[in-house]
Amino acid sequence: MRSDLSQLSLNVEAPAVQATGVVNRFGSQIVHDGLDLTVNRGEIFGIVGGSGSGKSVLLNTILGLRRPQAGEVRIFGIDLNALNTAQLRIAKQLYGVTFQAGALFSSLTVLQNIQLPMLEHLKLSARALEELAMLKLKLVGLPVEAAHKYPAQLSGGMIKRAALARALALDPPLLMLDEPTSGLDPISAAAFDELLVGLQRELALTVIMITHDLDSIFRTCNRVGVIVERRLVADELAKIVDHPHPWIQAYFHGDRARRFGAIHGT
Amino acid sequence: MFYRATLREDSLQLTLEGDWLAGELGQIEASLQDLALSSCSTIEIGTAPDLRLELSGAWLLHDFIERWRAKGISISYPQGVPPTLKLVTETLSANPSDFIELEKNFRPVTAIGRNVVDQGRAARAGLAFIGELLLRFTRGLFSPRHWRLTSIVRHVYDTGITAVPIVSLIAFLISVIIAYMGAQQLRQFGADIFVVDLVTVGVLRELGVLLTAIIVAGRSGSAFAAEIGAMKLNQEIDALDATGVQPIEVLILPRLIGLIISLPLLTVIADVVGVLGGALLCHLLLDMPLVQYFQRAEESIAAWTFWVGIIKAPVFAVLIAMAGTYRGLQVRGSSRELGRLTTVAVVQAIFLVILADALFAVLFMEIGI
Repeated sequence: MRSDLSQLSLNVEAPAVQATGVVNRFGSQIVHDGLDLTVNRGEIFGIVGGSGSGKSVLLNTILGLRRPQAGEVRIFGIDLNALNTAQLRIAKQLYGVTFQAGALFSSLTVLQNIQLPMLEHLKLSARALEELAMLKLKLVGLPVEAAHKYPAQLSGGMIKRAALARALALDPPLLMLDEPTSGLDPISAAAFDELLVGLQRELALTVIMITHDLDSIFRTCNRVGVIVERRLVADELAKIVDHPHPWIQAYFHGDRARRFGAIHGT
Repeated sequence: MFYRATLREDSLQLTLEGDWLAGELGQIEASLQDLALSSCSTIEIGTAPDLRLELSGAWLLHDFIERWRAKGISISYPQGVPPTLKLVTETLSANPSDFIELEKNFRPVTAIGRNVVDQGRAARAGLAFIGELLLRFTRGLFSPRHWRLTSIVRHVYDTGITAVPIVSLIAFLISVIIAYMGAQQLRQFGADIFVVDLVTVGVLRELGVLLTAIIVAGRSGSAFAAEIGAMKLNQEIDALDATGVQPIEVLILPRLIGLIISLPLLTVIADVVGVLGGALLCHLLLDMPLVQYFQRAEESIAAWTFWVGIIKAPVFAVLIAMAGTYRGLQVRGSSRELGRLTTVAVVQAIFLVILADALFAVLFMEIGI
């Protein structure tokens, strides 16, 4: 039950996500070395970084799927690693996640995928379960016919939307999206971004989004964090583009970005 | 708890407050049903500052508003429509087509027809697979360039060498069971010595190869199906095909050849362990000197006894490898398919092995060996 969240002593003032001094190591390879991250409530925060810079590792650390070697992560003031199993189960209703490849359960239909978190966490009547899942489905712009399809029968764009619907199943205040527009054509990606911004505004969500897509960043993000040299450099979108670090310069002002600017007139 | 309601003449003022969250839906619904609406014709919906109206709560509210409207009650929002309620209303009205019921009508004739067509297709696909495999196999025999030696060696290791402990253990236990059961029965008429015949001939002709094949079907048949099936789900098979590499040549043939090599070798090990296990039990249980056991064994084993068993091993290997790899290639769509087809592969492999064994028994009897 959501009301059980009260057991967790949620901090009303705390930022949505606050990570301090996070260290992640795989053997001798250090991925994060004293990484700090603050995501304020109600913002869309983009995380960018080169391949292998540890974006997904950071996401898993925030989700509590991975315990960092040092440092702590708090979601709405709660340290997930300090909770017991029962509390952790409740705390996981605080966020919804979509994974890179969608990670829809392939043996369930789209509707059943959306219903699964509801069945696990809520006591709902059969009718409420059915209609709430349909509402989420429509909310992400999926056609009604998609409800009874299996993930293997969906297009890439529909998989991303279905994954978003499943992430929204429990009305979480925090959404974490791992490359939500990768693999989509530019028009579908733009439609997805528009959907995301709309939902974020209407539902007052906090969104953390890992992405490589420059278009997507400029369309959606309020603030951006770049993982460089095992730490995170974060600032408002307008300011981060002027950060002197060579990787950030190359990312926002490289050939690719210039072409982008020429088209968009920025 | 979720609202305050005040009735003024025929107008109900409903001020929403508190947590309208997914976890509270049951309670909210119960408390909304308690509202006495018999005398009112309008409901004014307002919001308190502490209201947290989330999507699920808004859906429930929307649902009740629809019901109230149906009863002829008019709804107004003096403070404006709460944003989440507006979102729910807009979303649901933008997609008016309601929930599609799945087709549940069962049409027996259609079902039978579909089944027949499916079976026919499956049979044809199976035949095509065998045909293609044969073609590639014979073609491969003449061009050693297409022998994937590294791959074959890997499969001999995976299906053969790693199976040695379990095959030995099972062969030992089976020979112990036969010797023990045989001794109990044969002792009744003083024919203890024939326990040796029972164990050696039984293990060499039938049980050694059959049990080894069944173990290998369970171990490697399932591994083949699962490995190839997962590759199929991951589009690795398509990737091979697109690279111009024949999946049958690099994935199926090495497994087939690997198993054709390893299963006879495993059978030899099973035979040796089975015969030795019989010797040990005869020695301990019947106080039979080991020399006597082996002398008797030499007399009981005919020239063909060992070969009758071992000759079946490559045939079983082909059946197991084909069942496993073919089912693996059939996987598409979901992880459930992967599980289902892996099961089918193992069941089918074991069935085919036993069927073939029965046919061999008839054949060997006809030609008198």
